[in-house]
Amino acid sequence: MSHTLTDEQVRHVARLARLKLADDQVHYFAQQLSAVLGYVDKLAELDVQNVEPMAHPSAITNRFRDDVPTQPLSNEAVLANAPDADPPFFKVPKVLGDGGGA
Amino acid sequence: MDVTQTTLTDLRDAIASREVTSTQATRAYLDRIAAHDKTLGAYTQVFEERAMQQAAAADAGKRPGVLAGVPIAIKDNLCSTFGRTTCSSRMLENFRAPYDATVVAKLEAAGAVILGKTNLDEFAMGSSCENSAFGVTRNPWDTDRVPGGSSGGSAVAVAADLCAASLGSDTGGSIRMPAALCGVVGLKPTYGRVSRFGLVAYASSLDQVGPFARNVKDAALMLNVIAGFDKMDSTSADAPVPDYLADLDKPIEGLKLGVARQYMSDANDPAVARAIEAAIGAYRNLGARIIEVDLPHTEYGIAAYYMVATAEASSNLARYDGVHYGHRTAKPDDLIDLYAASRAEGFGDEVKRRIMLGTYALSSGYYDAYYLRALKVRRLIKEDFDKAFEQVDAIICPTTTHPAFRFGEKTDDPLAMYLNDVYTVNCNLAGIPGVSLPCGFSEADGVALPIGMQLLGPAMSEAKLLRTARMYEACERHGARRPVMAGG
Repeated sequence: MSHTLTDEQVRHVARLARLKLADDQVHYFAQQLSAVLGYVDKLAELDVQNVEPMAHPSAITNRFRDDVPTQPLSNEAVLANAPDADPPFFKVPKVLGDGGGA
Repeated sequence: MDVTQTTLTDLRDAIASREVTSTQATRAYLDRIAAHDKTLGAYTQVFEERAMQQAAAADAGKRPGVLAGVPIAIKDNLCSTFGRTTCSSRMLENFRAPYDATVVAKLEAAGAVILGKTNLDEFAMGSSCENSAFGVTRNPWDTDRVPGGSSGGSAVAVAADLCAASLGSDTGGSIRMPAALCGVVGLKPTYGRVSRFGLVAYASSLDQVGPFARNVKDAALMLNVIAGFDKMDSTSADAPVPDYLADLDKPIEGLKLGVARQYMSDANDPAVARAIEAAIGAYRNLGARIIEVDLPHTEYGIAAYYMVATAEASSNLARYDGVHYGHRTAKPDDLIDLYAASRAEGFGDEVKRRIMLGTYALSSGYYDAYYLRALKVRRLIKEDFDKAFEQVDAIICPTTTHPAFRFGEKTDDPLAMYLNDVYTVNCNLAGIPGVSLPCGFSEADGVALPIGMQLLGPAMSEAKLLRTARMYEACERHGARRPVMAGG
């Protein structure tokens, strides 16, 4: 396990998390995240080889509702908070062609 | 009767018997908010007109219920069709929820008057209430100090008598810690006991809604209103709900109370250590057996918690994309830039930190070492509690190591801030209930700062836990002391 996050790693994580960071922020976060991860390395002290991971505190497994139609939110209600909409659509920049970006 | 200086239960009874009207009570609380909230910053929004209408309706008998006409506040990460649901974030500054959270609907159905929505650390991430995009909340006992987070606004609203009771949410201590630092009662129910539908998600396997109140009885009354199965929350527990008030004043015979060495450490401020020792003594005098229990994995809780919580946060907060709702950047280069710039502009630093931590913990090559390992340690922590609860009814410990700290003291050192949660996070990892109640004060330089004690119990043991808390409260009335604020 590595304790220290490089600026490059922070840029990579920020890209995965879809967060645009300014250059000065990259180094600031690298230092802070490194300190936290250094502390988290404590977890390596424990032998957990035969321990079952616990993702959830209750024993509930998939709970399904009856397969009957219900009334969803109206288009209007769904679009009401959209920063940019052309009912019944959300508007986004061009995705195909030159707009992909990724 | 001074309506703002009484308990929820007494005010409720006074309104029911027409000794006072809901209109008088609501007006009195609104006036107090107007007088003090500029300094304290407990509220993000106050619904004056709506609250007065609801009060009038209650007085006309049109809002019956166990909380008929009583003014309540709710944390601003609970969705409501009235007002906005901001999570104290620029991201949701203008968000109007299309539905009410189940707990909000239940309060309304019980006849409560909702005064307003309270300030929090952005998206419930923080331990000091300094991370709100709309300004900090101040501790009424000393306004240079933090109220604790993330439900700081809800704790202060009760501590400073700006509402009769309130709702908060607790992911790693966000109800119990501000309750302790502000000198009120805060209850984090068992995971699944209260519906999370309409609570804006931070870490879904840890989040739980719960009440703040001036005493244990008021907290039990609030739990009676909000507890229960909800088909809209697939993690809600389909189990009967007892009446938490029924035997509340009946002391528990043969109470066995656990004390764990791991919680009585040198890290505790001397005043905190003294107050907890005194509380243990009080229980002994009440006939409780004090039994030493071992919680050997306690010290790994923070590390496990911050991996689990941030991993879940990174996933939950992916929904803020600048497309469906929330903040959107003005001139994006392309679609990816729309996401990345909107999120960078909308989220504050603590939220960004946690999203990145979680993204890192879940990323290829690190998943096993961080996230998966944290889930295994989570199991060990739960098993510690399971073993302890074979011997005792509840565990008593401090809620926090120290009384309230000063603003800015830990803001640049996230790790120091995270370590604050040392006594509260394991309760969420295990999904068990925990209650914090006042157990004394730290007195220095003419300032009194409240100290909180925490009682932890096995899953679904709220009734017993509240009775245990009530036993103490009935003989040691630290919660009756109120902060003195400028202007009264």
